[in-house]
Amino acid sequence: MSVTNLLENWSEFRHAHPVGDVPHDPYKWAMSIDLDACTGCNACSVACYAENNLPVVGKEKYAAGHSMHWMRIERYWPVDDTTSLEPATREFPDQGAQFLPMMCQQCEAAPCETVCPVGATNHTPDGLNSQAYNRCVGSRYCSANCPFKVRYFNWYDYPTTENVWPAEMTQQLNPDITLRSKGVMEKCTFCVQRIRAGERSVKNEGRVLKDGEVQTACQQVCPTGAITFGNLIDSESKVHQQWKAQRVELTADEQEKDKEADSGLRGYRILEELRAYPSVMYMERVRESAI
Amino acid sequence: MKDINEDIAWAKINKDVLKSLESPRKLYWVILAVAIAMISVAVGCEVYQYNMGMGVSNLNNPHVWGLYIATFIFWIGMSHSGTLLSAILHLMHADWRKPIYRFAEAMTTFSLMTAGLFVMVHLGRLWQFYYSLPYPNDRGLWPNFQSPLLWDAMAIFTYLSSSILFLFVGMIPDLAICRDNMHDGWRKKLYTWLSLGWEGTDRQWRNFRITYLTIACFLIPLAVSVHSIVASDFAMSQQPGWHVTSFPPYFVAGALYSGCAAIITLFIILRYTFKFEEYMTLSILKKTVRLTFAIAMIWTYLNAIEFASVWYGHDQPSKDVLIQKATGPYAPFWWGMIFCGSIVPLMLAFKRFQTNIPVLLVTSLLLNLGMWLERWMIVAPTFSHGYYPWTWDHNQWPSWVQWGIVFGSFGWFTLLFMVFCKVFPSVSMYEVKEMVYHRSRATKKLEASGMQAKGAH
Repeated sequence: MSVTNLLENWSEFRHAHPVGDVPHDPYKWAMSIDLDACTGCNACSVACYAENNLPVVGKEKYAAGHSMHWMRIERYWPVDDTTSLEPATREFPDQGAQFLPMMCQQCEAAPCETVCPVGATNHTPDGLNSQAYNRCVGSRYCSANCPFKVRYFNWYDYPTTENVWPAEMTQQLNPDITLRSKGVMEKCTFCVQRIRAGERSVKNEGRVLKDGEVQTACQQVCPTGAITFGNLIDSESKVHQQWKAQRVELTADEQEKDKEADSGLRGYRILEELRAYPSVMYMERVRESAI
Repeated sequence: MKDINEDIAWAKINKDVLKSLESPRKLYWVILAVAIAMISVAVGCEVYQYNMGMGVSNLNNPHVWGLYIATFIFWIGMSHSGTLLSAILHLMHADWRKPIYRFAEAMTTFSLMTAGLFVMVHLGRLWQFYYSLPYPNDRGLWPNFQSPLLWDAMAIFTYLSSSILFLFVGMIPDLAICRDNMHDGWRKKLYTWLSLGWEGTDRQWRNFRITYLTIACFLIPLAVSVHSIVASDFAMSQQPGWHVTSFPPYFVAGALYSGCAAIITLFIILRYTFKFEEYMTLSILKKTVRLTFAIAMIWTYLNAIEFASVWYGHDQPSKDVLIQKATGPYAPFWWGMIFCGSIVPLMLAFKRFQTNIPVLLVTSLLLNLGMWLERWMIVAPTFSHGYYPWTWDHNQWPSWVQWGIVFGSFGWFTLLFMVFCKVFPSVSMYEVKEMVYHRSRATKKLEASGMQAKGAH
């Protein structure tokens, strides 16, 4: 800790804004999710629990709002009249629920990062929103300022809680991930352990990761291939091509789909007007049928 | 009606005030015992929460902030009236503040100490709280200077240390009186040590005045900044119902408001507990009440501005939060806040209530209840109706752990305050003497010139 370090290093860690900032190179991890393909099966959520050692908190704690699902499937029932705030008259409309997989959006100008008093959550050069568990003091300001409410706090010491992982299940825990103790914040990391392992393995070959070499757990298990993850800078990657096809820009706060009616585009990001610049693009659902 | 009886002998002032330092009455022990009982409730709750995890407070995702933060703001707010009375009114030469500013200042210090505890209680990892301080460490890590919470920590520490200094400096001449009048014992040693060899020479008085004035000038911007920064915790965020530009002045007004209400409460309690009727006169109470009324109206105005700007602005989420406050699960508390904060103070506009002690005691407690509700209504409703629809159907109610700690904090404050009043003179002797002296001289002057005295200015 020195004054020089205080004066010099801050811009390196604080990417305030994707516009006019140092461009990400060679990686910018991003995702696209096709809501038309999503069937709401929850396999992604289950895979996330397995991959990231998420505690299974049980019925009671779940009901109390203490669950730890980094990846959650939200259900929305279509309303009869979109201008009305009244709920739909039909309880289960023919069209079925609309599903939205929601996880940390890895915002480029993340509202959670600036407010953390200890700097436990920061932006990495490859465009991830990192969370340093050891540094977290648990002020929960990040969650209070998160527009998507995708941050999950360890309300109890889950690793020592009974039945969070029954005896035989501890064999299944991922050794690449730490267990989080009580009082720290956690959230989706885009399976950063896989990214880092992948980077290390290609380092000796002196090249960068190719598309598909790193997959997130949720992407891997999605039966309909609704989730695409990859390097947005790599023009060969599927995620890059999808973003391009939908004309979704990382640095824009309004996408083409919303600018012109009948453009045929489906790509958007959630709560874009807040200018958090999320790294997850959603493609809106257009199919009429339930399945 | 005169602020103070101009015939009080200086020796009597000494005697009356020093009496409050001597063997306590039964009532004093009762108050102390109740306060300690309240603290033990809070300590019990905190030990339980520390061991089990924050989950026992019934906070959840996404309701990550609750009563702890609300009560933290409440106590910070309480601290402002001390500075208002002692520093701002000192600069404005309003001498009616003299008999009551000492305890108001003590209130400032102790409510800041109470507020600090809530920051700790709120933290998920209390044992790592020092990460948020810029302490030397070999990892080269600094806290995040962009975070309003860090500004908060710094503003509170600065304000706390400055207000302790101000309280102490202002007390030096009185500590010397205590030193000269006390029997031998630990107290005499304490006063001797604290009065820094005060003898009341001209040079000492001159230096004392300059020091006191300097700290007063230093303290005023600090007081304004500390609550503006607390407001920034919300105003700097992005959440609907929080990112309100008018929050800093609104918070400062609210702070002065709850502080003045607390002064009225403590005024009445001290007046009876220590028999200070002659110094804490009804005329001074009346002035404090009028001040409180004025601040209450400012607060009401700023509140109305906030509602209007949300209502006529085109930010639908903020508007939804406002509607949800008035009609949703928090509606009884929100309307309670409007009633206690804006309707009840209208009582204070009537002359006959301005000196009616039972009415004022109840009113001042209601005002503070309203101000506590205000803080809760700032913090909580945003979580149950934020931007994201997923948060909308989650209801949350604070558990007994949260209520217990909030309840106990009042005991902690009372304990600190009561101990202070027994150890240090809670009425400023030398300033009351000054006041009596100046008042009587002014009266004599008027009489000499053939005019009739018109009471206090």
